[in-house]
Amino acid sequence: MPEPLLQVAAIDAYYDDFQALFGVSLRVGAGEVAAVIGANGAGKSTVLKTIAGMMAPRRGDILFDGESIGAMPAFEVLRRGIALVPEGRRLFPSLTVEENLLIGGQSRRPGPWTLERVYQLFPVLAERRHLPAPALSGGQQQMCAIARALMSNPRLLLCDEISLGLAPIVVRDIYARLPTIVAEGLSLIVVEQDIAQALKASAQVYCLQEGRIALEGKAAELTRESISAAYFGV
Amino acid sequence: MQWLNGILQGVLIGGLYAMFAAGLSLIFGVMRLVNIAHGDLIVLAAYVALLVTQALGIDPLTSLLLVVPIMAIIGYALQRGLLNHTLGDDLLPPLLVTFGLSIIIQNGLLEWFTADSRKLQAGAIEIQAFQALHGVWIGVLPLIQFVVAVAVIAGLQALFYYTALGRAFRATSDDQAVAQLMGLDTRHVFAMAMALSLAVVAIAGVFLAVRANFDPSIGPARLIFGFEAVIIGGLGNMWGTLVGGIILGVSQAIGAQIDPGWQLLAGHIVFLVILGFRPRGLFPKVSG
Repeated sequence: MPEPLLQVAAIDAYYDDFQALFGVSLRVGAGEVAAVIGANGAGKSTVLKTIAGMMAPRRGDILFDGESIGAMPAFEVLRRGIALVPEGRRLFPSLTVEENLLIGGQSRRPGPWTLERVYQLFPVLAERRHLPAPALSGGQQQMCAIARALMSNPRLLLCDEISLGLAPIVVRDIYARLPTIVAEGLSLIVVEQDIAQALKASAQVYCLQEGRIALEGKAAELTRESISAAYFGV
Repeated sequence: MQWLNGILQGVLIGGLYAMFAAGLSLIFGVMRLVNIAHGDLIVLAAYVALLVTQALGIDPLTSLLLVVPIMAIIGYALQRGLLNHTLGDDLLPPLLVTFGLSIIIQNGLLEWFTADSRKLQAGAIEIQAFQALHGVWIGVLPLIQFVVAVAVIAGLQALFYYTALGRAFRATSDDQAVAQLMGLDTRHVFAMAMALSLAVVAIAGVFLAVRANFDPSIGPARLIFGFEAVIIGGLGNMWGTLVGGIILGVSQAIGAQIDPGWQLLAGHIVFLVILGFRPRGLFPKVSG
């Protein structure tokens, strides 16, 4: 088996005294799409935050391209090529759409993504480039958050609940563009509550339950029964 | 005519107050840090200028070429070495640490330079004036000071809205955690903000030291003027800060016309009245 791009090795993560992750391991190869699914509070977002460097694992390690990044702060992790689209989008409200994108591109990593390319991917952002970010609709804000992350030309993109609070048609619209993004050769981890969407978009699926990996496997091979068992723990 | 002269002087000194305030406002805007040592840093800049002018035999305005970078470097080091470690969810630690810093600077200056009053000598320019209207005289130095203040405010405004650094300041001010996610090292961003703040402090300190006597104890009063100008103008609005400084300066000038003993009190009263009717200042910008 070739060396994976990202290897999360048995990490434990805590919020103060509360343990959120118990020995979580996962691996994502170059150009692969993985999904992390699970109920509310299962620890999905925590996995992404820990990979992105927003919090450090207390035990275990995270290897990115063979290098340990577990203890690195978020800005160092980004410079190595991991970008997170945070839950709830979290655009900078006092910046315009274009300024948000430029902040994403501030790391100056070389790669295919430029203002021009992300505007091609999401033309509606080009039309509204000079509006303040909060003036966008929810779906447009989500596009802007994805575009902002792409501007750093990541090798691994982490998407946290990109369907949250959006109309199904908008979610389909956004997911329809993921293949274009992956076609540029980057790897992707999506965290979703919308299981159908996650299964459709990804090759490898990890199901979290109360901070532990309850099930993992190829999306095509998992049965609905095994997923609901892992999801609800029944 | 005497009144008009007084008010005009008030406007011109308002520029100085705006410079006291601009650095304070910048720091609070970017990192929610209330810098109690701000006034003492202004006085420190005045002493740095004193050393530079004495050592090199140059005039105070030329000394800015050295004093501004020196203070900016002090600002960067101060933020990286000390203040960054005090920042967090709680506003109290940075408040206490800068309060301690204020006392350390005052006593350090007292130890080094004694309590004697000093002044920077700018030469003939200090007493030059021209007649703007019949009976209305404008000093050249106060006018230069005012023009510099407007340029400083305009420069800060342009930097905030049209440069990558300004964008980083605004993004960090909005959401520190996400700014880090986007590759911004917030420790560095904060240090750059403090460097910029102390660069403005350097300019303010030199003009302060040219127009009047200074000694190690006058910092806290400058801090109060700065605070008042920021709050009158409204937090987070640089042009508002300039207006706030001018209102404060004019109030003091009018007070002084009524009775010399009323100068400072009149400024404080106008500040309190504005705070009473417009608690968020005249031109509020920052919401929430």
